[in-house]
Amino acid sequence: MNNERINMPNRSVQERIMDFKEVPVGYSLEQAIAEAKRCIQCKNPKCVPGCPVEVNIPAFIAALAKGDVQAAVDKIKETNALPAICGRVCPQEEQCERKCILGIKGEPVAIGNLERFAADWEKSEIPARPAGGRNPKSEIIHQNQNNKNKKIAVIGSGPAGLTCAADLALLGYQVTIFESLHVTGGVLRYGIPEFRLPKSIVDIEVEYVKNLGVEIKTDMLISNVLTIDELQKDFQAIFIGSGAGLPKFMGIPGESLEGVYSANEFLFRVNMMKAYLFPDQLTPVSVGKNVAVVGAGNVAMDSARVAKRLGAAKVSIIYRRSREEMPARRDEIKRTEEEDVEFKLLTNPEAYHADSEGKVFEIECIKMELGEPDTSGRRRPVPKAGSNFKIPVETVVVAIGNGPNPLIPLRTPSLKTEKWGGVIVDQKQWTSIPKVSAGGDIVRGSATVISAMGDGKRAAKTIDEGLNNE
Amino acid sequence: MNKIIAKEQLNANTSKIIINAPHIARAARPGQFVVIMPTEKAERIPLTIADVDQAAGTITIIFQIVGATTKLLDSLKVNDEIPHLLGPLGTPSHVEKFGTVVVIGGGVGIAEIYPLVKALKKAGNEVITIIGTRNKDLLIYERELRTQSTELSITTDDGSSGQKGFVSDKLKEIIASGKKLNRVFAVGPVPMMKVCADVTREHNFKTIVSLNPLMLDATGMCGVCRVTVAGQVKFGCVDGPEFDAHEVDFTELINRLKIYKTQEKTALDHVCRLLPGNK
Repeated sequence: MNNERINMPNRSVQERIMDFKEVPVGYSLEQAIAEAKRCIQCKNPKCVPGCPVEVNIPAFIAALAKGDVQAAVDKIKETNALPAICGRVCPQEEQCERKCILGIKGEPVAIGNLERFAADWEKSEIPARPAGGRNPKSEIIHQNQNNKNKKIAVIGSGPAGLTCAADLALLGYQVTIFESLHVTGGVLRYGIPEFRLPKSIVDIEVEYVKNLGVEIKTDMLISNVLTIDELQKDFQAIFIGSGAGLPKFMGIPGESLEGVYSANEFLFRVNMMKAYLFPDQLTPVSVGKNVAVVGAGNVAMDSARVAKRLGAAKVSIIYRRSREEMPARRDEIKRTEEEDVEFKLLTNPEAYHADSEGKVFEIECIKMELGEPDTSGRRRPVPKAGSNFKIPVETVVVAIGNGPNPLIPLRTPSLKTEKWGGVIVDQKQWTSIPKVSAGGDIVRGSATVISAMGDGKRAAKTIDEGLNNE
Repeated sequence: MNKIIAKEQLNANTSKIIINAPHIARAARPGQFVVIMPTEKAERIPLTIADVDQAAGTITIIFQIVGATTKLLDSLKVNDEIPHLLGPLGTPSHVEKFGTVVVIGGGVGIAEIYPLVKALKKAGNEVITIIGTRNKDLLIYERELRTQSTELSITTDDGSSGQKGFVSDKLKEIIASGKKLNRVFAVGPVPMMKVCADVTREHNFKTIVSLNPLMLDATGMCGVCRVTVAGQVKFGCVDGPEFDAHEVDFTELINRLKIYKTQEKTALDHVCRLLPGNK
């Protein structure tokens, strides 16, 4: 047996930076079967507990190894409604693959790539399939006839809400998702760029959730149109997955100058409003020759790569710590570097300076050095006195994180929150209001797609237990 | 949903539409706004709710045709449905019995003060309303506001209706007459709001302005609507749109509003080429 992990091929740098199409091209069936055969089918698999949505990984890989892709997909969808999304954006290297026994001596099984392959296969290989793929609902739903008259409201159609809704629908509940934006998907749509997660994939997976019987109402802002109190009159339980909120800024001079974006705004314009197709799409975005992105998480990498694709000549990442502390996924850092983005590490902005028209034209930075570890366990960056220098820029994207969305907490006084705004939940995802659960970024501030999905899944289970123990 | 049930051209570049949207009509309060997308490719634009009829389940929107998206909105006809309408958004106006209140509306802001004037009157205030435009052809809502105001004054830049001059001139006059103002509201173009703020600042009359920063999601996420108020970053869609006029950094607001001027022109030209009956 060949024990080399099969890496997923990527489009060439020269080709991919010219457009917004996806960068990795996916496995062939032969590659997928060969990679699946690497799995040694542990009796006591460590990968499964590493997965926040409890995918039966060995079982789906065993089906793949036999070439039965449909069986693999069905197995994944027993616990994960969004496999094509997870196969692309989950940090598998920190979760399932990190626990893989093969990883001790060599490379772990490429679980994420296999999940992606199986999910994509279902979307493209069967000509007469229903949109979203085969629907396991008919096989599962009749187990829970007593749930069918119970109504659940899910707020937000991002990864947390979609997962919670799908699980509850599979249990037989009547689920309605309320989405405030004009399209579904939340951060999957506005946050993650097309080249990392094609929106056609989001469309299909949302369609699958709808096929499970979930109703989705867009342009409906809960807290403003209907309060949580009002919703409780019509729904037996509620899940709040209202997601991310306002961007953080550093509080340095010039952050409101023309040319300085928050990553939320920059990515919303490009991903959600498709500003890269302006003026056919009417929302504009403006990118100069020199772009600096402040921060080094996945959102920063996404912003840098978007800027490159919008035609910036020189794109830099500015980060106050060193390479080791960068929070982005290693693969994303690698792809970002391949695309000729410069990393200015141990560097921190101190001010943005304006030209005579009020537009940003340079960043004043200071060099940093690492001191003693701080509360996060990472070494604290300390400014080096007198090391100031200037970088010419026309565009800055501040990507240093965001808080939870403020609107529901603002208008729901009985909903307890942390000082920083996050909704407080117990281990079962219940909030301070009876029959109201919450999960994802509204609880965590800013976290990963898969942790939001894990919250949604746990909340669905909790809601089901709660309603059946009455 | 979101069907346009009536439409009226108020003047050369201002239209009024009444939209069937019971869920918004039920929840809307004075000072709140909606986000509209007249087509799937349009921008998400914020527009103030100018009136609400809860019984009929309708909201009234008055807008100036200034860019691509408002041009597209104006191309919709009675019985057309607006693809995307989200609201009510923003924090409602704070209304109570203040005593003597001056409410100032400039340009399309005249329509936007209507629900506020009504609410202030209902709360038992003496409501002195000042409305101003460049000329008499641009005046809107005069009749409606007159019935709801204790006193209504009109100013036009060219003197073609009411008093010649600016709304701020009338405001100065009222203050000079010795009247103590318990609250002032100003809604309109940013320079007008800035001047009104300057006038009331020296007399220490608390003044509220309704700001119109750029917005995208308008639901507390993107941060484009940030304004500096009392030295702090605030967000128009969550903390606003109303702020203490004496604390607002108007210069920054004016700069931020012109960020996309060039692209707005390109977008408008693009839309004009596509719309039937336009050259």
